[in-house]
Amino acid sequence: MTATVVQPSLRLRLAERGVDLRLLLAVPAVVVVLVLFVYPFVFGIRLSLSPQRFTNPFDNYRAFFSDPYYYSSLLNTLVIAVPATFVNVFAAVPIAVRMRRAFRGRRLLAAALVVPVSLGTVFLADGMLNVLGPAGWLNKALLGLGLIDDPIRLTNNWWGVFLSLVVSGFPFAFLLMLAYASGIDPSLENAAATLGANRSQRFRYVIFPLLLPGAAVTLCLNFVMAFSVFPSAVLLGDPSGSSRVLALIAYQEAQERLDPSMGSAVAMLLAAAQLIFVVLVLGARSLLYTGPATGGKG
Amino acid sequence: MRKVVLSPSGWLTWAGVAVFLTFVTSLIVAVVVSSFGTVWLGTWLPAGFTGKWWEQTWSEFGLGNTLLVTLEVALLVVLISVLLGVPAAYVLARRTFPGKKIVSLLLLLPLLVPPITYGIPLATLLYQWGLGGNMTGVVLANLVPSLPFVVLTMTPFVEQVDRRVEDAARTLGAGTPRIMFSVLGPLLLPGILAGAVMVLVRTVGMFELTFLTSGADSETLVVALYAAKSGAGIRADQTVDAIAVVYMLSTVLLLLVALRFVNPTQLVTRVKEAAND
Repeated sequence: MTATVVQPSLRLRLAERGVDLRLLLAVPAVVVVLVLFVYPFVFGIRLSLSPQRFTNPFDNYRAFFSDPYYYSSLLNTLVIAVPATFVNVFAAVPIAVRMRRAFRGRRLLAAALVVPVSLGTVFLADGMLNVLGPAGWLNKALLGLGLIDDPIRLTNNWWGVFLSLVVSGFPFAFLLMLAYASGIDPSLENAAATLGANRSQRFRYVIFPLLLPGAAVTLCLNFVMAFSVFPSAVLLGDPSGSSRVLALIAYQEAQERLDPSMGSAVAMLLAAAQLIFVVLVLGARSLLYTGPATGGKG
Repeated sequence: MRKVVLSPSGWLTWAGVAVFLTFVTSLIVAVVVSSFGTVWLGTWLPAGFTGKWWEQTWSEFGLGNTLLVTLEVALLVVLISVLLGVPAAYVLARRTFPGKKIVSLLLLLPLLVPPITYGIPLATLLYQWGLGGNMTGVVLANLVPSLPFVVLTMTPFVEQVDRRVEDAARTLGAGTPRIMFSVLGPLLLPGILAGAVMVLVRTVGMFELTFLTSGADSETLVVALYAAKSGAGIRADQTVDAIAVVYMLSTVLLLLVALRFVNPTQLVTRVKEAAND
C-alpha cells in the first residue's frame, strides 16, 4: 500500500467549481424546456427535411424560395413587423423616461397605457374595424371636419395590421422600458445636474446610454411578437394580399393543407429570420455599456 | 404645487400619449356600444339598443364552459411555471457553475422565438403522443413560453435581494429549503405575484399555441372568440362583440388587480424612496 495523497472528496472539488446540490433547483425547468421546446424544434427541422409533396430533402425550402406565393410572404412580414417594432420602442423611451419620477396620477397613467395588453387581438380587430373602417368614427369625424373628401382606408390593408401591432405591442415596450428607466439610480442624474448638465445633456449622456441595453432587449421581444403576427393579419389585413404573412402560411400548410412537413419548413424559416434579427440587435448591444445602473457610495 | 414647464419634446410626448389613449378608449367604447346595438350601419350610433345579444351569448355560445376552461388552463400554467421557474431563477441569479451560459440561453430561447414556429412541430408531436386536442396538451404547450418568462422576470428580483440577508440566515443555521420558504419567499413575493399575473394575462391571451393544440372542449376564450369572428356570417357580429367584451373585462380586471397590489417595474426604487423619506 502506498500512502495516498490526501485529496478532497469529489463533492468538495465540485463545490469549489460551483457544482453542488442546489443546482438541482434548476433541473425541472431545464427538463421542461428540453422536452417541450428543444426536442420539438429538432423534430420540426427533421420533419421539414422529409417533404410530403416532393422527393429531395431540401425541396420544401427550394419550393419556398422559387414560388412567389411563398417568398412574398417573407417580405410582407418584414414590411409590417420592422416598422411596428421600431415605432413601439422609440415611442416608449421618451414616455418611460418622463414617467420615472413620481407625480400625481402616475400609477393611473401607467395602468391606462398598459390596458391594451389585456384587450387581445380579436377585441382590437373588432374595435378597429368599428372605429377605423370606411364608415367608422374616425372617417366620420375627419369628413365632418372637412379634412378629407373621401374616407381613408385604414382596415383590410397594411395599415390595419400595422396599427394593431402598435396598439398591442406598445404597452409591452412601455412596461419594459419603464422598468429599465426606473432602475436607473436618480442620484446619477442629480450628480450630472450638479455638474451643470442641462435636461437634454442629462438625457443624452446619462439616461440614454444606460437605457440602450434595455432598449435592445425590448426591441427583440417586441419583434418576436410582431414578426409572428397572425390573427390580426387575418382579421384586420388583407390575408390574400399585402398581409399574407409567414405565420399564416405556416399554419395553412400544416393544419389546412395537412402538410406538416411544409408547415414546419415555413416555421423554421420564420425562426431563422427571427434569430438573425435578434443576433444583430444583441450583437450591437454587446458593444454598449453593460455595468450596473446604480450610483456608487457618497 | 411645483409649476410644470414643458419643453417642445415634452408636449410632443404627452400629445402622443393623449392620441394613443383616445384611440384605445374609442376602440373599447365602440365594441361595448356595438354589443348592445340592434342595427349599426354607417351612423354615429346604432339604430336602437337591446340586451338580446348578451342573452344569446350565454344560451348558445356556452360561454360559462369556455370561461371555466380558460381559468383552469391559465391557473395550471401559472402554478407550474412559478413552482419550476422561481428556483431556476434563483440558481441563475446567485450561482456560477460550468455551463451556466448554456442553461441561461436555453431558458431564454423560447422567448426569442415566435410561438408559431415551435407550435407547429410541437402540436404535431403532442397529437402523436395522444396529448393533442385536450387540456393537457394546451397546458403543456403554454408552459413553453410561460416558464422562461417567469425565470427571466424573477432573476433580477432575486438579484435585488441583498445577498447578506441570505448569508445571515445560513450563518444562523437555516438550510436551503428554509431559506427559500422563510427568507427569499416573502422577499420575492411581490415579484412572484407580478410575474404570476403577467403569465396569467399572457396565457389567457395566448392565441397561437392554444389554437394549434386545442380541441372542441379545450378551447380557451381567445380561440373561441377568433373562431366566432373569422367564421363570419355564422354568428351575429354583436354576439362576437359581447364575447369580446367579456374577454376584455376579465383580462382588464386581472391587470388592474396586479397593478393595484404590486408595482411590477421596480422594487429597488421603492425601497430607496422609502429609505430617503
